[in-house]
Amino acid sequence: MPMASASSPAGSPPGRTLLIACGALARETLAAIEASGLQDRIRITCVSALLHNRPQHIPEAVRAKIREHRDDFERIFVLYGDCGTGGELDRVLAEEGVERIEGPHCYAFYAGQDVFDALSDAEPGTFYLTDFLVRQFDTLVIEGLGLDRHPELLPLYFGNYKRLVYLAQTEDPELRAAAEAAAERLGLAYEYRFTGLSGLAAFVRSAG
Amino acid sequence: MSENGGELDLRSLDDDELVKQIQDDLYDGLKEEVEEGTRILLERGWPPYKVLTEALVGGMTIVGVDFRDGILFVPEVLLAANAMKGGMAILRPLLAETGAPPVGKMVIGTVKGDIHDIGKNLVGMMMEGAGFEVVDLGINCDVDKYLKALEEHKPDILGMSALLTTTMPYMKVVIDTMKEKGIRDDYIVLVGGAPLNEAFAEAVGADAYCRDAAVAVETAKEFVARRHNMRGAAVTI
Repeated sequence: MPMASASSPAGSPPGRTLLIACGALARETLAAIEASGLQDRIRITCVSALLHNRPQHIPEAVRAKIREHRDDFERIFVLYGDCGTGGELDRVLAEEGVERIEGPHCYAFYAGQDVFDALSDAEPGTFYLTDFLVRQFDTLVIEGLGLDRHPELLPLYFGNYKRLVYLAQTEDPELRAAAEAAAERLGLAYEYRFTGLSGLAAFVRSAG
Repeated sequence: MSENGGELDLRSLDDDELVKQIQDDLYDGLKEEVEEGTRILLERGWPPYKVLTEALVGGMTIVGVDFRDGILFVPEVLLAANAMKGGMAILRPLLAETGAPPVGKMVIGTVKGDIHDIGKNLVGMMMEGAGFEVVDLGINCDVDKYLKALEEHKPDILGMSALLTTTMPYMKVVIDTMKEKGIRDDYIVLVGGAPLNEAFAEAVGADAYCRDAAVAVETAKEFVARRHNMRGAAVTI
């Protein structure tokens, strides 16, 4: 998607603002940028979504992106929650002088912190999926956790979980069916919550 | 080594080879083979604690090192842990019969709001393997549960685990409550979990952060030994 990628064609001016996002947010961030009409002002570059399962590598990967693009943009923002880095991402961002979207992870800034807190308080054993995670369920969850090779590990990973909540960014019957199938595969109760993109869109507008 | 129908006959191995083979089987997550090897060493007259430390803990230590170095990943560690659990199940009743005093006692649990227990269970298993008595409180433990367990079991160590950025601050709630009640210094407090680090452990008032199960065991041994030395010194004075 050249319109919003960080690598501009030779000779074209860069956008004023760069968003460094988790790859899991790429599609949704582009949609938010387009919906806000900020295509000419905001560009996006992504860090591999595979780091979802290895968050200890996120801070330095984000730092590398910041340093790679710092001279090309007036402002840089980061679209990551803390994402299991235990404050390490914030430490890196403070060193680099870059801000990020608020919240511990994308589930919170999609659903809204209050809604997410209520969901977690009601059932700590909740496994969350977003549109991206539904699409990548086999790759990130089944293969990523080795359940394709060792299905006997399922109770060790998910034995304490009770339900799967699909936080949906789009109203897509196919994704909804896939999320329900994922819940069934993990042996969890299923719940659907439509979040849309409002949390993400508000941040994008403020960045633009 | 002899092969039987394409499978290795564990009984054909001498003790050193068998220990090495059990470690390899544990590394590969082969639970039944680990159980069989454990039984064979016991039949040969090995003391249960020697089987535990040399074959099982020795094997799991290699797994831990390779996990830390990025050679193994969580699925492989879980399979290895499951294999070790098989051997431990055989040894546990025998170890209890020997009546050997534990190295120390630990109460461990995952903090309130958090249901992740893979790391905690690994720590518990390795601590047990190192000769500690472990009281596992399970998941989603609130401060009352921790305090009640401290009072009931009088452990040397309180271990708290969290996987989530959102739940790890609860460790401070527990430690602050211990301070309020004047019991904080009665215990060694160790914390662990993927998003934690040394700075966090210090900030919440824990004694140490343990990045993995092997470090937890070494840290626990060190603190318990130091504690015993201090008590010994106090008695001498």
